[in-house]
Amino acid sequence: MKQKSKAELWIAFAAIALIYVIVTVLEQTMDPNHIIFTVLKKGAIYSLVAVSMNLLNGFTGLFSLGQAGFMLIGAYTYSIFTMPTEVKLTESVYKYYEAAIKFDTGIFVGLICAGLAAALFAALIGLPVLRLKSDYLAIATIGFAEIIRAIFQWDVLGPVTNGANVMRNYLDLTDVKIPFTDIAFPPTLYVFLASGVCIGLIVLLINSSYGRAFKAIRDDEVAAEAMGINLFKHKEMSFIISSFFAGVSGALLAMYQYTVQAAQFKSAMTYEILLIVVIGGIGSVSGSLIASFLYIAASEWWLRGLDMGKFLGIEAPNLFRSGFRRFVFSIIIMMIVLFFSKGLMGDREISFAGLVRRFNKRAKTAKGGGIDG
Amino acid sequence: MAENVLKLENVTMQFGGVVAVNNLSLEVNKGEIVALIGPNGAGKTTAFNCVTGIYDPSNGKISFNGKTIVENHPRGKMKKLYAGENAKLYVNSRTVDPTPDMVTKLGIARTFQNIRLWKSMTVFDNVLTAKHMRAKQNVLTATLRLAYKEEKRMREETAALLEEQNLLQYANDLAVSLPYGLQRRLEIARALATDPKLLLLDEPAAGMNPQETQELGEFIVQIKNKYDLTVFMIEHHMDLVMQFSDRIYVIDFGRLISNGTPAVVQADPKVINAYLGVAE
Repeated sequence: MKQKSKAELWIAFAAIALIYVIVTVLEQTMDPNHIIFTVLKKGAIYSLVAVSMNLLNGFTGLFSLGQAGFMLIGAYTYSIFTMPTEVKLTESVYKYYEAAIKFDTGIFVGLICAGLAAALFAALIGLPVLRLKSDYLAIATIGFAEIIRAIFQWDVLGPVTNGANVMRNYLDLTDVKIPFTDIAFPPTLYVFLASGVCIGLIVLLINSSYGRAFKAIRDDEVAAEAMGINLFKHKEMSFIISSFFAGVSGALLAMYQYTVQAAQFKSAMTYEILLIVVIGGIGSVSGSLIASFLYIAASEWWLRGLDMGKFLGIEAPNLFRSGFRRFVFSIIIMMIVLFFSKGLMGDREISFAGLVRRFNKRAKTAKGGGIDG
Repeated sequence: MAENVLKLENVTMQFGGVVAVNNLSLEVNKGEIVALIGPNGAGKTTAFNCVTGIYDPSNGKISFNGKTIVENHPRGKMKKLYAGENAKLYVNSRTVDPTPDMVTKLGIARTFQNIRLWKSMTVFDNVLTAKHMRAKQNVLTATLRLAYKEEKRMREETAALLEEQNLLQYANDLAVSLPYGLQRRLEIARALATDPKLLLLDEPAAGMNPQETQELGEFIVQIKNKYDLTVFMIEHHMDLVMQFSDRIYVIDFGRLISNGTPAVVQADPKVINAYLGVAE
């Protein structure tokens, strides 16, 4: 009846605070070029987009695959808006075109605008697309994501998007300053804060009256409609909100990468995010978070050696060469899907009480193991 | 004459060549319990679906509390297919074709023949979610918890409703884990959470034994009096229908064949023929 006990809420807050403290400490003490910071930054960005995809696919039951397209819109909007006007007017970025947008904004405004631009496109795309169901919706959204990519590479729009060329020299993570000072903000902490706030908002939404309406639509559309939930309005709402946060995560990705190019946002990127959502568990926010950090850590760090000739101390340059990582990665994913068919978390969330219960159960089975075993 | 809450006029629902509901006209008056009965495949549920906006009838008019909520005439492909009675009657009127959520908002709630509870949700959340429609919060105030007062009120109302239905002890269980009879009762509770004036029950006693059926009948009368409802139900259990309903409509092959008080309907040879077949 009660949502959650107060104690559990405080434990969750404490755990989150602890994560932030650890990130801060790590960043102050370790070499900033260590691979762990790549993993943490990219992991946090992918967490945000995975959670936003989960809002749509896991909580509203709309199987949409347009995430990369909305990230692209976010990344480009951000880079166009925050690129200093002096840079736009010289030939360092816009080599073949004359930049059409002759103003620039700060990082915060850029991030918000990135989200809004993605949300605006989502609202327009949603009008025709959300009348479709399941697989058809997936196909239509993939199509739209590809169209968006093609449009951003179109040379007629070159004065705005720089055609198919790289965008660079916009405000990136190194340009983030602590407010009212000139001291650089720790970049990993910044990504964590930005993603954390966004994910927090999504979690609040999911646990609100609207979140329950989304779940009702996922569980049974006919019943949801019969209980007075306007299907189209709520689907469109979920689609727009999900795209807003995908746009923000695209902007964060642009900040992290220093350069951004439309060609990067292929449907393969959407599949990567889908993979994270499925591995984490469709309908579980904490699952998506765990899975994105695991996925990024595995692909960027732990399995790197498989491409570089040396893995776990074994040197086999003939076997461990470029591409072998993907092979091993695929096998791991197959294992996960086989043994955790609902993903790591299913549709549950991680909770302290759950962990305690699990631990007790394990202790009990260990003690009572002799009876039936 | 009593004030009618629901009125169907010449409602026809055609699927291709099949006329599932054929010029059905009926009235449900305020405070009544009216039953719609008929053999399998007679078109009872289709008629319900026309009222609740799930189907868009091919022809006819439905009004609720004197306000037209559905009005249609054969058009498009149906224009050629449907040339039956009253085909031209509604041609000149404006087409009114609401979605189910609009109908529910007006105050018509329903339950389903095959239980359609939200599977991943608890008993409490099932009822709470049905209150979403009447909530005034928007997505921003809901997310930022600015509407916490309303949320609190909704939770209290839900708890009170569950308490009254003797379901509060199951509040935190998954809805699908309840026994069948309680799932039916929960579905009614969920429908009540939308603050209806007219309750449509689609086979509420399906799969229940005689004792449970009897209890259900008493329960329906009880909620009807308490919430000042009008009840319109489809039912196969004749003891329930005969004992608790004020009037009965009987349809067969989509057509109304008899109506009246239980005693009248029971004695009507057409009804007996529809159920048992005509004696050679």
